[in-house]
Amino acid sequence: MSRPLKQIHLAAHFPGVNNTTVWSDPQAGSHIEFSSFAHLARTAERAKFDFLFLAEGLRLREQNGLIYDLDVVGRPDTFTVLAALAAVTERLGLAGTINSTFNEPYEVARQFASLDHLSGGRAAWNVVTSWDAFTGENFRRGGFLPQEQRYRRARNFLQTAGELFDSWHGDEIVANQATGDFLGEPDAGAFAHHDPDFDIAGRFNVPRSPQGRPVILQAGDSEEGREFAASSADAIFSRYATLTEGQAFYADVKGRLARYGRTHDELLILPAATFVLGDTDAEARDLAHQVRLQQVSGQTAIKFLEQLWNRDLSGYDPDGPLPEIDPDPGEHTIARGRASVRMYRDPVATARQWRERATAEKLSIRELIIEVTGRQTFTGAPATVADAINDLVQADASDGFILVPHVTPGGLDGFADTVVPLLQERGVFRTEYEGETLRDHLGLGAPRRTGEALRVAS
Amino acid sequence: MSDSGSSLHLAVALDGAGWHPAAWREPGARPTELLTPRYWSDLVIEAERGLLDFVTIDDSLGLQSSSRTESDRRTDQVRGRLDAVLVAARVAPLTSHIGLVPTVVVTHTEPFHIAKAIATLDYVSSGRAGVQVRVSARPDEAAHFGRRTLPRISLDDLSTPQAQELIGDLFAETADYVEAVRRLWDSWEDDAEIRDVATGRFVDRDKLHYVDFEGRWFNVKGPSITPRPPQGQPLVSALAHQSVPYRLVAGSADIGYVTPHDATQVREIVAEIRAGQAAAGRAGETVHILGDLVVFLDDSAPAAEARRARLDDLAGSPYVSDAPVFVGTPAQLADLLQEWHLAGLSGFRLRPGTIPHDLEQITRALVPELQRRQAFRTGYAAGTLRGLLGLTRPANRYAAV
Ligand SMILES: Cc1cc2nc3c(=O)[nH]c(=O)nc-3n(C[C@H](O)[C@H](O)[C@H](O)COP(=O)(O)O)c2cc1C
Repeated sequence: MSRPLKQIHLAAHFPGVNNTTVWSDPQAGSHIEFSSFAHLARTAERAKFDFLFLAEGLRLREQNGLIYDLDVVGRPDTFTVLAALAAVTERLGLAGTINSTFNEPYEVARQFASLDHLSGGRAAWNVVTSWDAFTGENFRRGGFLPQEQRYRRARNFLQTAGELFDSWHGDEIVANQATGDFLGEPDAGAFAHHDPDFDIAGRFNVPRSPQGRPVILQAGDSEEGREFAASSADAIFSRYATLTEGQAFYADVKGRLARYGRTHDELLILPAATFVLGDTDAEARDLAHQVRLQQVSGQTAIKFLEQLWNRDLSGYDPDGPLPEIDPDPGEHTIARGRASVRMYRDPVATARQWRERATAEKLSIRELIIEVTGRQTFTGAPATVADAINDLVQADASDGFILVPHVTPGGLDGFADTVVPLLQERGVFRTEYEGETLRDHLGLGAPRRTGEALRVAS
Repeated sequence: MSDSGSSLHLAVALDGAGWHPAAWREPGARPTELLTPRYWSDLVIEAERGLLDFVTIDDSLGLQSSSRTESDRRTDQVRGRLDAVLVAARVAPLTSHIGLVPTVVVTHTEPFHIAKAIATLDYVSSGRAGVQVRVSARPDEAAHFGRRTLPRISLDDLSTPQAQELIGDLFAETADYVEAVRRLWDSWEDDAEIRDVATGRFVDRDKLHYVDFEGRWFNVKGPSITPRPPQGQPLVSALAHQSVPYRLVAGSADIGYVTPHDATQVREIVAEIRAGQAAAGRAGETVHILGDLVVFLDDSAPAAEARRARLDDLAGSPYVSDAPVFVGTPAQLADLLQEWHLAGLSGFRLRPGTIPHDLEQITRALVPELQRRQAFRTGYAAGTLRGLLGLTRPANRYAAV
């Protein structure tokens, strides 16, 4: 016999601010009203998913100095939505993206510890470093921290938050009404942390939560991001959902764990993935094409192109050929508050590739953008999709997926009803939650005390 | 409905096992459950059963302490609490009428984050959100953030020029904070989301506004990332004991909690706040002034006295508070509330001495007593907190008229 089948982990991403969300679909509902969040969360819980995931953005995106108006704009506050969702679900993990640049450890630690209490141990934190000075204009401290310092702050932030979580051990509250001892320890919650980013000391005021600390997710992809994840995260939200790329990323990041005294199972790789289902594979492919056309309108295609070219291309015809001029290599000014910008590390080379491809395949601007931004990971009849997911997981291209439906809030319903039962039949996905906490669902043991892994490494 | 202009407004302030430091030792107390969602939903559902206008949920950025300037090492009182905004959000889907007003500390937090959090609380509660803004002057809380140092000011030093300057600054910063938050709530016009398939536009960007707040302590660009909440402007409230905070209430808040000890003080404080409103150009706006009272309620006055004495014994010292402490029967309390209501208060925020006992005395004895006197509603007649408080939905300051 070969090794036993891996169990798949699945999570749901609430579709929001980006062009994968099709707001013009007749089925599309509010992306702000709580009922939408409750719907997606209940579907995910009915399907026994590990968690629901919320992204973050702290400034409305702009292009050409104007607020970007073609995609869904606006979102509610992460912590507040997750706490409310804890009231309408029982087991589903609740994961929030919270940046380490425009927050302070004491406040974020008490919010996550509170969420963990209020959800009975279901909180997760996707630690991001956030963008730029543009975003900083919304905050007291203003635009600050160049990219290279943001990971240092993120590491110190997470370390500090961990010390705060660990400042209560879990046995301090004795609440003995007869003797009058509420605390068994007069210095419960005492902490002191000194580094170049945080010089703080005092008493943490949220006693230890059911999971001890939230599950830590990480989404960075750079060398620094990968090291950060290997040292400190429980799961990575990655972008590599294909076999080859997925396997390479998986091997790379898991290979870094030993250095931190951690084992293979202590870090899960969960790529973002989209899906389109049909009764047959052919029908799903047709549908997927329709979805792509809705996701990438002519205007959207031009806006995408402008982000790479760093130039105003509004005069170009989306149904015509790519611009002959090269991208502006200067400081990136056209699109602000957009993550994707950083993906284009060498814009001139990328533009050349795109032009060659468009010429070779006779693609218009819009057609090319549809091709190069293609994000449909799984397309097909339910059985096809179930097999594809399972094959990737068994081949160690990932440990599961974070699914991003393209319609709010019903976009996961069909997946829950058709694909999940097939995965369950194949014995690779749970039919019932076995534990209470998100750590249980993810198969993670009790959290190490903060600093433990790092100490092993040094 | 009985919710006429003359009817008084009633809120409860929830914190731990109640406001008496020995409350957690009472027989009905649930001291090991203070950090559970069940505990908080039980309390707020009880308050809603009593038809109260709203609950406030206390909070701080430091561990509770018997000292006003630093943490202590006491082990005989409740220590540890949850983030109040999250508690309010956790309870919102389980209730349908009562207002939810968490405390936020403005001294160490970001107006941008708080604006979206309270707007979102308004969404998850369908228009029942408010916020109590609170200044933190404690040096130990400042040390939890490490971004500023605050001098230690004892009660005796309070009148020194340095202390007064610091307090003035902290409250002026709070006024800036509230202004930034209010602008962010208005930064989306109500109909900014258009989903215009014909032009491909999801929003009409002309209906999104930069708030461009620039003040002494911080700048905020805007717009908010969260659309304008259901109430337009959730309700801003603040506790106020003296002239500096009265000015904050008069200039920035919708609700002020004050602590007069008799009807004469009620009239003086109300007059000062109304004058402050006029000075701030808000004479035409409704600012509700609620009296804060810590209450110990029982069927007979001696029983209430005895209970309070027993709690004081357990605590080792007599309980004192910034607010007046009422000990007696629900009917006696109703007399006092009606008298102070006549003297100019819109209503009251009662701080139960012990939970659940004094909370249930409020919802199950005081409220029926006030209803008998036709001084309190007999049913919820509005779905939003603004509606309960007789306030209309405000126009958006940025909308072109
Ligand atoms: C799948 C994925 C999702 C992400 N989601 C967010 C997000 O919601 N908010 C955010 O501020 N950053 C988000 N990021 C950005 C990362 O946190 C990180 O800042 C960015 O990838 C740059 O880091 P790097 O240089 O290590 O790649 C996401 C990244 C990835 C790969």
